Amino acid sequence: MSARMSKGRTIAAHAVLLTYTLIALFPVFVIVINSFKSRKAIFADPLALPMPGTFDAVGYATVMKQGDFFLYFQNSLIVTCASLFCVLLFGAMAAFALSEYRFRGNTLMGLYLALGIMIPIRLGTVAILEMMVASGLVNTLTALILVYSAQGLPLAIFILSEFMKTVSDDLKNAGRIDGLSEYRIFFSLVLPLVRPAMATVAVFTMIPIWNDLWFPLILAPAESTKTVTLGAQVFIGQFVTNWNAVLAALSLAIVPVLVLYLIFSRQLIRGITAGAVK
Amino acid sequence: MGALELKNITKSFGATDVIKGVDLTVKDGEFCVFVGPSGCGKSTLLRIIAGLEDASAGDILLDGKRVNELAPAKRELAMVFQSYALYPHLTVRDNMGLALKQAGVSKAETRAATDRAAEMLSLGPLMERRPAELSGGQRQRVAIGRAIVRRPKLFLFDEPLSNLDAALRVATRIEIARLHRELSATMIYVTHDQVEAMTLADRIVVLRGGVVEQVGAPMELYNDPANTFVAGFIGSPQMNFLKSGALGQRGETTGIRPEHLEISRESGSFEGRVSHVEKLGGETLVYVRSEIHGLLTVRLFGEHSYSVDEAVWLSPDMGRAFHFDSAGLRLR
Ligand SMILES: Nc1ncnc2c1ncn2[C@@H]1O[C@H](COP(=O)(O)OP(=O)(O)O)[C@@H](O)[C@H]1O
Ligand SMILES: [Mg+2]
Repeated sequence: MSARMSKGRTIAAHAVLLTYTLIALFPVFVIVINSFKSRKAIFADPLALPMPGTFDAVGYATVMKQGDFFLYFQNSLIVTCASLFCVLLFGAMAAFALSEYRFRGNTLMGLYLALGIMIPIRLGTVAILEMMVASGLVNTLTALILVYSAQGLPLAIFILSEFMKTVSDDLKNAGRIDGLSEYRIFFSLVLPLVRPAMATVAVFTMIPIWNDLWFPLILAPAESTKTVTLGAQVFIGQFVTNWNAVLAALSLAIVPVLVLYLIFSRQLIRGITAGAVK
Repeated sequence: MGALELKNITKSFGATDVIKGVDLTVKDGEFCVFVGPSGCGKSTLLRIIAGLEDASAGDILLDGKRVNELAPAKRELAMVFQSYALYPHLTVRDNMGLALKQAGVSKAETRAATDRAAEMLSLGPLMERRPAELSGGQRQRVAIGRAIVRRPKLFLFDEPLSNLDAALRVATRIEIARLHRELSATMIYVTHDQVEAMTLADRIVVLRGGVVEQVGAPMELYNDPANTFVAGFIGSPQMNFLKSGALGQRGETTGIRPEHLEISRESGSFEGRVSHVEKLGGETLVYVRSEIHGLLTVRLFGEHSYSVDEAVWLSPDMGRAFHFDSAGLRLR
């Protein structure tokens, strides 16, 4: 971006960004305000803010009373964090190998791994389920972690290998001459320099995992392995839906992702400015 | 200790041959400079010597031992890179000490070695800083210090001065020459700048397109170039190439250095027009366009006034001329 943009263009850019932000945040805003309203008030005027007359935290009370909800949260966190860890670690390692070493089938391997970006993993649900049944992993968090790692790896490898190509060869070579192992070069020289890309990948990987309903429903629907999104479904009945509870559960479910996002986005910004000032 | 021998080294990246059979011996304690235009394979050759790249064929011998399969860290050499390549997360002291730490040298010894190197390069006050807090010149001194600390048999420099400004380049060049005298270690230095090559080298290796064109001491190459490429590459400003036929000389091309071309307003062997004049104080460069020979450079000592478009006469000093055949090879 040029240092001096005309005022008109600055205003236009901000207007577009603000509009987008409003549109993106609107559903979240509606969910959160309605979670604090009584059932009647939700249906009477969904866009009104909770007033003294309409304020009601019954949704949260219901969610808290359903003692398992903490377990669901815990399950979601375990699954998301473990998958994220696997995706980042193995994705970065594969990306390093693909971008750093010349070996037979390098390009082919890269293309094969990128194929996963284009083919949705859900197409393989039946096969995955059969595999999980055969290996006795149904109704375990491990099943979910494995599936989500597989789902996140292609994009992670694709993005990270592009970034790793930009890391100076001289730096890696200096490490080799000083006797660092390839692992040390990867962990202590390359990874810190691609931190912004890692943060980007983390955010892109984390959100679909946290929000997923499909695989928890199919692979781990047992009470002890339910995730938050699946747990919230107990309030949605065929005939009656406890909207207060659903909205409260969803509002609570936003909090952990928000926290994780803030952690990564700070890394992201720090990485960007560190590179720019150098 | 630190003699290097290359035996018929070749290197291809896929279908492109980058190094096409290089034979070379560098004696112990010698300062050897690889010089050549950008993309001629200098860095590739240096990386092969360092073990960062495998040669497609040929042998690399260090002190008579074949080291083709030896890892870079085991070859007892150090390398200084154009981009400095300092570890961004380590302080200057740790940058310099890392190789020793990896080799299992004790903390006290490492500290002594880094202090010694720091003193040689006056890096003392910078030891606890990180690379991001240093200027370009300081970073390159740290990179050189990192190489010294290891007491290697062989120093490799890959265009270490290209990222520095002109004044720092001269200062660092002198510093490298001093280090070579003090350490009496073997050094191989890559550059595309013939001035660096001339001023630093005991011996210059001129490369073009992955082939060694000529090897020799700076003055040997200057006074006795083997072909038009070496003649044109060594010496600044560049040698003039004139058409032998028009001058009644043997061969296809006659090479005359700019200082051996005489300029006169009255008479000479052929005519031309001044196209540009550069006054450098101590010397004046006059660029003259001739109908037959094209653009020629004349180097005059002291101050001279010629105006653009002025008609002048030029006379080459045939006693100092070099003759080349149609393939560019020197006729002796
Ligand atoms: N890893 C590589 N893959 C393919 N070609 C390469 C690679 N490294 C260098 N080359 C090619 O080899 C030639 C010589 O490169 P290099 O040794 O860096 O030249 P120099 O240092 O003399 O400027 C260049 O044409 C370059 O494109
Ligand atoms: Mg180079």
